[in-house]
Amino acid sequence: MTDIAGTAEQSRGLRRPPLNGALRWDTVVGALLIVLLLISFSTVGGFGNALNISFLIGNTLPVAAIALPMTMLVAAGEIDLSVGSTVGLSGAVMGALWNHGMNINEIIVICAVLGVACGLVNALLVTKLGLPSLAVTIGTMALYRGLAQVVLGSNSVTDFPQNYLNFGSGRLGGTFLPTAALPWLVLAAAAVVVLHATGFGRSVFAAGASAEAAWFAGVRVKRVKLSLFVATGLVSSLTGVFWVLHYASATYNNATGLELSVVAAVLLGGVDFDGGRGTLGGAIAGVFLLGTLQNVMSLADVSAQSQTVVTGVLLTVSVLGPRVARQVFAASIHQRTRGKL
Amino acid sequence: MTAPTTAAAEQQPPPAAGSARGLLDRVLRMRELAILVVLAVMLVATQIDNTSFLSEQGIKDLLLNATILVLVAVGEAVVVITGNVDLSVGSVLGVTAFAAGDLLKHGGNPVLSVALAVVLGAALGAFNGVLVGIGQVPSLVVTLGTLYIIRALDSIWVGSREITAGLLPGGYKTFGHDGVSAVPYLALLAAVVLIAVGYFLRNYRSGRECYALGSHAQAAALAGVPVRRRVLAAFVLCGALAGLAGALYLARFSYADAGTGSGYELTVVSAVVVGGVGFTGGSGSVHGAALGALLLTSINSVLPAIGVSSVWVEAIDGILLLLAISVDRVMALRIAGLLRSRARPARTGTND
Repeated sequence: MTDIAGTAEQSRGLRRPPLNGALRWDTVVGALLIVLLLISFSTVGGFGNALNISFLIGNTLPVAAIALPMTMLVAAGEIDLSVGSTVGLSGAVMGALWNHGMNINEIIVICAVLGVACGLVNALLVTKLGLPSLAVTIGTMALYRGLAQVVLGSNSVTDFPQNYLNFGSGRLGGTFLPTAALPWLVLAAAAVVVLHATGFGRSVFAAGASAEAAWFAGVRVKRVKLSLFVATGLVSSLTGVFWVLHYASATYNNATGLELSVVAAVLLGGVDFDGGRGTLGGAIAGVFLLGTLQNVMSLADVSAQSQTVVTGVLLTVSVLGPRVARQVFAASIHQRTRGKL
Repeated sequence: MTAPTTAAAEQQPPPAAGSARGLLDRVLRMRELAILVVLAVMLVATQIDNTSFLSEQGIKDLLLNATILVLVAVGEAVVVITGNVDLSVGSVLGVTAFAAGDLLKHGGNPVLSVALAVVLGAALGAFNGVLVGIGQVPSLVVTLGTLYIIRALDSIWVGSREITAGLLPGGYKTFGHDGVSAVPYLALLAAVVLIAVGYFLRNYRSGRECYALGSHAQAAALAGVPVRRRVLAAFVLCGALAGLAGALYLARFSYADAGTGSGYELTVVSAVVVGGVGFTGGSGSVHGAALGALLLTSINSVLPAIGVSSVWVEAIDGILLLLAISVDRVMALRIAGLLRSRARPARTGTND
C-alpha cells in the first residue's frame, strides 16, 4: 500500500529530471515533425510542391488556430469541448445573416461577438458556479450545435463574395503560404509571447499547477480562466468564419468533431492534461505533425479510416509514453536508493 | 489509530458523519425523485396535448428508444462513480453491433452472437482499463484515444459493408420489437441489468469500494481498496454493457455499418450527468443514470409530439444538461453550508 503513496510523492519530486532538457516531450514532437517533413519531401511524390503544402497548411489552420487558446486553457487546468460547436454556430449565423442580405463585414463582427458570448457562458458556469469545465462544455457543445441547427436548419449557404472566398482558400502569389496563414502567424506569435513571456502566462501555469496555491500567491485564478475561455470562444468563432470561406459552405454541422482533433493535437504536443505544464511550441508541432501525417497518408492513398488509427495511437502513446517513462525512472531510483541503504 | 485501516473502513461512521450521510442520502434520493417528477410532468402534459401519445404503442416506443441508452448509461455510470470516464462506448457499440450481425449473417446462433458482442465489449473495456491503470493517465485522454482507434479499426474491418434487415434471422428482429403488452423484451432485459448492477453497487463490498475510490482514490488505496483492480472491473463492465447494447441495437434497428454509434458517447455522458452522477466521482447511482437516459430519450419523442420542430432537440438536450449540473452544484453548496452550520455547535458541545 505504501508504495502507491511513495511513487506518487517521488514522481512529483522527480517530475522534471527524467525528461528534462533535450528529451522534453515537446522537443521530441518537434523533432518528429522535422523528420517527417524531411522524409516526405524526399520520398513522397506530390508532397513537396507549393500547392500541396498550401493545402496542408490551409486544412490544418482551423485546428492550429483553436489549439493556441486551448493550450493555455489546458495549461490552466481546464478544457473546452464546445469549440467545434462554436465553429459550427458561428458559420451557421454567418450563413443565415448573409441570406438576410446583411453586409459581410458586419456579419463577421457579429460572429466575433457571438464567439465572445459563447466563451463567456462557459466561463461563467465554470468560474461562478465552480462546475467542472468538462461537463459544462459537453453541455454547451450540444447547446451551440443545437442553436446552429435552429438558426440554419438543414440549409447550406455557399454564395459568399468571391474576394472573401479567395481569402479563405487562396495563397500568397505562387508561394506555399495560404493567405489566411498570415493572421494565424500573428495570432500564434502573440500567443507565444503572452503565454511564455508575460506575467499573465506565468499565472496561467500557476492556476493549472495548483489553483489554491496560485490564489494565495496573488493570482486572480477565476479572472485568468474567464479570459482564457473568452479567448477560446472568440478564436473559435473566427475560425468558424474561416471554415465557411475555406470550404465555401455554411451548414449547421460544420466542424463536427473538431474539438477532439484539437484536444488530441494539444495533448500530443506534450501539454499536461492535469494542467500546469506545456508549451505552445509543442502544441503547434503536435498540430502540424497530425496535419502532415494526414496529408502524406492521403497522398499515399491510405484510407481516411486508417488515418484515424494513427491519430488515436499517437494520442495514446504520447500521453502514456512520458508517464510510463517517469514511472520506470522513479522505480529505478527507488531500487538504487534501497540498494544503498 | 493502530487498528488495521481496512477494519476501520468497515466500522460504522461516527454519529456526526452518520447524520450527514442520512441527509446526503435523502438529497440524492430527492435528486432521482426530481428527475422522475420532471419526466412524469412532461409525459402527462404531452398526453393532454396529444391524446395518442401514451397509447400502448406510444409507451412501447418510449421504452424501446430508452433501452439502449439505459444499458450504456448504467455501465458509464459505474465508471464515472469510480472517478473516471469512458468516451469509447460509442465506438464499442458500433463494432459489437457489426460483429454480432456478421455472425448472424453467416447463420450463427443468436444467443452466441449476443454473447460474442458482450465478450468483445468486455475485452475492449479491459483494454481501456489496463491503459488507465498502467499509465495512471486521465481516463478521458486514454478513452479519447481508444475512441479513435476502435472506430478506425472498425471502419477498416467493415469497409462499406452493412448489415441490413434481410441478413438477420426473423426471431432476432422480433426480439428487438415485440414484448409483453406495452413492455418490450429489450426493456425487461435492461431493467434486469439495471437492478442487478444497482444491487451490486449498493450491497456488495466491491460495489461500495467503487464509491470509496471515486471520492478519494488515494485514501481508498490506503484503506486497502485494490484501486486498479476495481477501476479495471468498472471499465470491463462498461465495455460489456456497451457490447450488449450493440447487440440489442442491431436487434432494434436491424442495421449496422461502420458509422453505427458515432457520437453516442456524448449522449451517454449527458444521460449520466443529468441523472445526477457527479463527474468528480463517488456520488450518484445507476438508477439516476437510467432515469436520465429515459428523460433524454423521452424529450426526443415529446418534442415532435407537441409540434416542436426537431431542430430544437439538440439545443434543449444541452440546456437540460447545463441545468442539471448547475442545480446539483447549487444544492451541494447549500447542503455543505447547512452541514457546516450544524457541525459547529455539535463539535463545541462534545469537545473531544
